[in-house]
Amino acid sequence: MDIAKYDKSLLLKLLKDMLFIRRFEEVCGQMYGLKKIGGFCHLYIGQEAVAVGAIAALDLQKDYALTAYRDHGHALACGMSADAVMAELYGKVTGCSRGKGGSMHLFDADKHMFGGNGIVGAHLPVATGVAFKIRYRKEDGVVLCFFGDGAIHQGTFHESLNMAKIWNLPVIYICENNQYGMGTAYQRVSSVDDFSIMSSAYDIEGKQINGMDVLVVYDELKNAVDKARTDHLPRFFEIRTYRYKGHSMSDPAKYRTEEELSEYKKQDPILILKNRLLDAGLLSEDEYKEMDNECKTISKQSVAFAEQSEEPPIESLYEDIYV
Amino acid sequence: MPVISYRDAIRQAIDEEMDRDENVFLIGEEVGEYNGAYKVSKGLLDKYGSQRVIDSPITEEGFTGLGIGAALAGLRPIVEWMTFNFSLQAYDQVVNNAAKMRHMSGGQLKVPIVFRGPNGPAEFLSSQHSQALQSIYAHVPGLKIVAPATPYDAKGLMKAAIRDDNPVLVAEAELMYAWTGEVPEEEYIIPIGVADIKRQGADVTVVVHGKPLRMVEDAAKQLENDGVDVEIVDMRSIRPLDEQTIYSSVNKTNRCVVVDESWPFASVGSHVAWLVSKNCFDILDAPVELVSSEDVPLPYNHHLELAAQPSVEKIINAIKKVLYI
Repeated sequence: MDIAKYDKSLLLKLLKDMLFIRRFEEVCGQMYGLKKIGGFCHLYIGQEAVAVGAIAALDLQKDYALTAYRDHGHALACGMSADAVMAELYGKVTGCSRGKGGSMHLFDADKHMFGGNGIVGAHLPVATGVAFKIRYRKEDGVVLCFFGDGAIHQGTFHESLNMAKIWNLPVIYICENNQYGMGTAYQRVSSVDDFSIMSSAYDIEGKQINGMDVLVVYDELKNAVDKARTDHLPRFFEIRTYRYKGHSMSDPAKYRTEEELSEYKKQDPILILKNRLLDAGLLSEDEYKEMDNECKTISKQSVAFAEQSEEPPIESLYEDIYV
Repeated sequence: MPVISYRDAIRQAIDEEMDRDENVFLIGEEVGEYNGAYKVSKGLLDKYGSQRVIDSPITEEGFTGLGIGAALAGLRPIVEWMTFNFSLQAYDQVVNNAAKMRHMSGGQLKVPIVFRGPNGPAEFLSSQHSQALQSIYAHVPGLKIVAPATPYDAKGLMKAAIRDDNPVLVAEAELMYAWTGEVPEEEYIIPIGVADIKRQGADVTVVVHGKPLRMVEDAAKQLENDGVDVEIVDMRSIRPLDEQTIYSSVNKTNRCVVVDESWPFASVGSHVAWLVSKNCFDILDAPVELVSSEDVPLPYNHHLELAAQPSVEKIINAIKKVLYI
């Protein structure tokens, strides 16, 4: 991989965004263990390159991102503050969703981050509808719709791709194949091993790419987003990735081997980019440590912010339901 | 005042709102070239073009969800379900997305969308095509639902629904589309959440919504011969519910019959009957009666399907029961 073609600032941003998600998620895991965070909590550790690489290709003034419930990484990659996200995980009124959504429902209307959607596959038609609005108003935005390998077998995937194709909607469907739908290896429940062929039934270009390399993700998505701005056509990616943690905090992940996990950790997305930058002389170990410390500090500060924030008042129970 | 059909009243409302606001569009199965399965959208494709009157594939979950996404992003979709029966394919989208997005985003997002189509039994359609499903939607906070029973109410409520910033379901009915009534030429809006006294009376209150209104009116007319003076409260809006108009009427008559073509278990009708029983307990002269559909899927055979639904006779009997005559 020749990294000379990239701006140094972009490379450092990609590295820092991934590292920040990693550190933030580690703190989430700790706070969950301390029972500061409740409910279902799905960590993004291992998959950072997907959200960071793809969302870096967007202009969130006119583009949009929607994802499923493993959404902390996407929220941070969209530029949502650690404070607003952590406070939401704490259920505090200062959270991005005023404590109404929690871990699975992170939203930022201004940053065009439309969730944080909790029902597997149900946001695919919604993302398609956001793209419909772009087309209806003759804008040049693009929608990224992230979902997992479990969601691809829902009818919504097929209904959405068909609609996006017949109406030429600028939506890029991204299946983050982290290999397991909860505890089920994707091969056990899929008629095909290569998901990227599934869009061909709808005459939509599909491509399988390596999601452990953020530059691959960025290049492919940048190219796809730029094209979609002008041709308004839908696209589909299967991005192969891996989650280091269980499906959610309650999952010890006994359905996979230690060897498999350690094999993937050797191709850690943060490690790969860091080593490339070190090799190219664009980053020193000291600079990396400084970056890491900053990510840890901001994550810890978000905990302090959440701790100090108020609970939502009981009167807010009947708010945020109707306009 | 012009007399027009219920079908034309709805079309006029959609037409006027599409003319007024470019963000309003209509999507659904057969709404365009076919002019609507029940001809509600007749002529709209010719007038507004295929960018705004959109024939969808048979993919209820898909185009319902697409409408929700378009609404989140700033458009004002009207989603036509060919019937409410088929909306069950899209129930997840309505309940988990349309009704929840505002809440889960802490009030950041809104979903200004209308879901509309015929609801409730027609004739000879057996059980999958003859369901009154307003109760399962009415159960869900975050949704509004209206059930107009006259052309006048249909037009005024449809316009209100399109202008509302929340998801609103409009429950129409196949058998009502041909009903006629007076509709003024000048523009008007009927606010959602306001019931209407369709008939003033002194002896008993009958609370009803949607298609059974005509049966209640027939029953009231027949009971005139017995010297019974029936007051009819047409809910028009199921959620939000105009409880005050109902209570005021019952406070006057001291007797109440609720008519609803839903099944009786956990229904709009049973809820209204409970509200009246609880909030008017001190002044009621008889237990509240509920006339609903029988607790069975609707059969094809005509005698059986009629026997399963509310009827003029059942309503008269219920009224006589609360009057002890």
